[in-house]
Amino acid sequence: MSPPRRPLLAALGGLAAMPATRLRAQNALGGRTIRIGVLTDMSGPYRDPTGMGSVACVQQAVADFAGALGLSAEVIQADHQNRPDIGSSIARQWYDQGVDAIVDVPTTSVALAVSTIARQKNKVFLNSGAASTELTGAACSPNTAHWAYDTYMLAKGTGAAVTRTGGESWFFVTADYAFGTVLQRDVTQFVEAEGGRVLGSVRYPFPATTDFSSFLLQAQASRAKVLGLANAGTDTANCIIQAREFGLTRRMRLVGLLMSLSEVHALGLPAAQELLLTESFYWDLNERSRAFAERVQPRMPNRAMPGAVHAGCYSAVAHYLKAAAALGPAVTQLDGAAVIAGMKAMPTDDDAFGPGRLREDGRKLHPAHLFQVKSPEESRGPWDYYKPVATTAAENAFRPIQEGGCPLVRSPAL
Amino acid sequence: MDDIFGIPAPLLFGQLLLGLINGAFYALLSLGLAVIFGMLNVINFAHGAQFMMGAFVAWMLLEYAGLNYWWALILAPLLVGLFGVLLERTMIARLYKLDHLYGLLLTFGLGLIIEGIFRNQYGSSGLPYRIPPQLSGAWDLGFMFMPIYRGWVVIVAAVMCLATWLVIEKTKIGSYLRASTENAALVQAFGINVPRLMTLTYGAGVALAAFAGVLAAPIYSVNPQMGSNLIIIVFAVVVIGGMGSILGSVITGFGLGIIEGLTKVFYPEASSTVIFVVMAIVLLARPAGLFGRA
Repeated sequence: MSPPRRPLLAALGGLAAMPATRLRAQNALGGRTIRIGVLTDMSGPYRDPTGMGSVACVQQAVADFAGALGLSAEVIQADHQNRPDIGSSIARQWYDQGVDAIVDVPTTSVALAVSTIARQKNKVFLNSGAASTELTGAACSPNTAHWAYDTYMLAKGTGAAVTRTGGESWFFVTADYAFGTVLQRDVTQFVEAEGGRVLGSVRYPFPATTDFSSFLLQAQASRAKVLGLANAGTDTANCIIQAREFGLTRRMRLVGLLMSLSEVHALGLPAAQELLLTESFYWDLNERSRAFAERVQPRMPNRAMPGAVHAGCYSAVAHYLKAAAALGPAVTQLDGAAVIAGMKAMPTDDDAFGPGRLREDGRKLHPAHLFQVKSPEESRGPWDYYKPVATTAAENAFRPIQEGGCPLVRSPAL
Repeated sequence: MDDIFGIPAPLLFGQLLLGLINGAFYALLSLGLAVIFGMLNVINFAHGAQFMMGAFVAWMLLEYAGLNYWWALILAPLLVGLFGVLLERTMIARLYKLDHLYGLLLTFGLGLIIEGIFRNQYGSSGLPYRIPPQLSGAWDLGFMFMPIYRGWVVIVAAVMCLATWLVIEKTKIGSYLRASTENAALVQAFGINVPRLMTLTYGAGVALAAFAGVLAAPIYSVNPQMGSNLIIIVFAVVVIGGMGSILGSVITGFGLGIIEGLTKVFYPEASSTVIFVVMAIVLLARPAGLFGRA
């Protein structure tokens, strides 16, 4: 279990898994292979919405684009165990050993560390899994792009849309750490901007809480119409199961502020039905998203459908490869900032997210969708979970660029 | 509406009741730990993983064998208990003569391995498990909406605690057990198979954890880390009650559930800390715990 050995083993595993791509590399470009490292949570709480699914989607992007663009790329993988120290040491080791881009990296603390290292070493960091707007705010970097979602998008997509559709009084059950309190603050802002009110909130200790019934009873006593769950993962799942058990769903609308497809799958429709949530990607959104999901599903662990973070990894790597092809492998491997600048210069377009663009501060723009979870009767089969409620257009879905405080935006050089 | 310390009375009653329900879980889990420590002198850090296994076995029985909750309530503790027997025979039994620390390290490692295997196999998001139809629904108590299943948990946990206490304190096999903790060599001289007794005791302690796991499956998400979230609190319960004291862990379990429940109303941020504050105070005043023998 010593930290330096695990990434090495995982990396070796990744190399072994891609012999065909490597071979093609040597033939086509005399050894100039672009190396992409997927650094993610393989063993912790975010394993299902990220993890091997992210690796599968990066491999899919390489299969779909690298050959067609005349590039050769290989994919390696490692587990950062949600620890910034482990994540940093793998990132350093990878960049030093010729990895050109690191992808995914859920958990904000690890993502911020990797972003700093990518900048120091002038490599590329394509974030999909972490939620914090810091990555494109004060801590933005010319070497980092932030893909699938962020806390601002979740807060706006859910907070504003739910308030507008009749949920004007809210109560929050919030995980008592940076992520939960920031999410609650952001959602409150949008609820109040739409004329709604927050009647109360309760902050519970994270991660030591398993029983939420006490907090749910306080929420019920507040007589609010909406219960906002400012937490993630199994905490959200437990809140939903127990809210249903205590009859909250008869009078309150349940809103998961950070929920993913894999969590709805884990809860099952009888427990999750009617829940409202915001996602930037759903496999059954349109013709193209269905085509993408169908292509990647055989690679996914347990043949799961890809979620938003997975799709973000696909889309980011697809766009990265396009920029790399335009610049040529030599520049791609030398100058990470140039690749990110190249990515910002051309519009994005792929099956997962459709057309969009990468903004100056590194924020990828695409629409945000408010979904409601289907009832078991409405669902036609496995993974048929969401029905669309509202969509926020790409340009309005994310934090306005001037509000982020990203130094790159002020700099005339960029 | 009458207020007590600024909190409406109905809300407070509701919270007290919920505290009691959580206390039932703490009592049941700490009971298994106390039995294992009291009789075997092993600090069983794999207890959380064994609790989780109980919930998973219940899910598997339903998923793969079509056996419902009631079957799981009997079969899951038996199967996981059997697994415990296997662990005791092959590994833990070798550590009885060594310092406590070795048992702690071994069981801690086993717990991590078990959790890791389940996470690799079933992912981290958890699996759904329904409340059995006979126990779904709720009573309207006037001051709160009380799910029938929660009431069932309190009753079953209380019966189980009482039964375990009776077995250990009032039966012949219980007296053998207590005697072999005092002086194993002497008991063996009387022709009692002490190693087998130890094995069965460990198996029974593990079965109690799995039983709590089955009870927990319908109300908590069945996921690999469900045990590790609870286990630290349960250890605090055992320490406060007095390491190895059966009655102590049961009373402390229920008591701390209520204290925690009240903290959740008055200052929720501290609700996980309050148990450790109580632990620190108890250890300062009575280092052997409330019901422990120094």
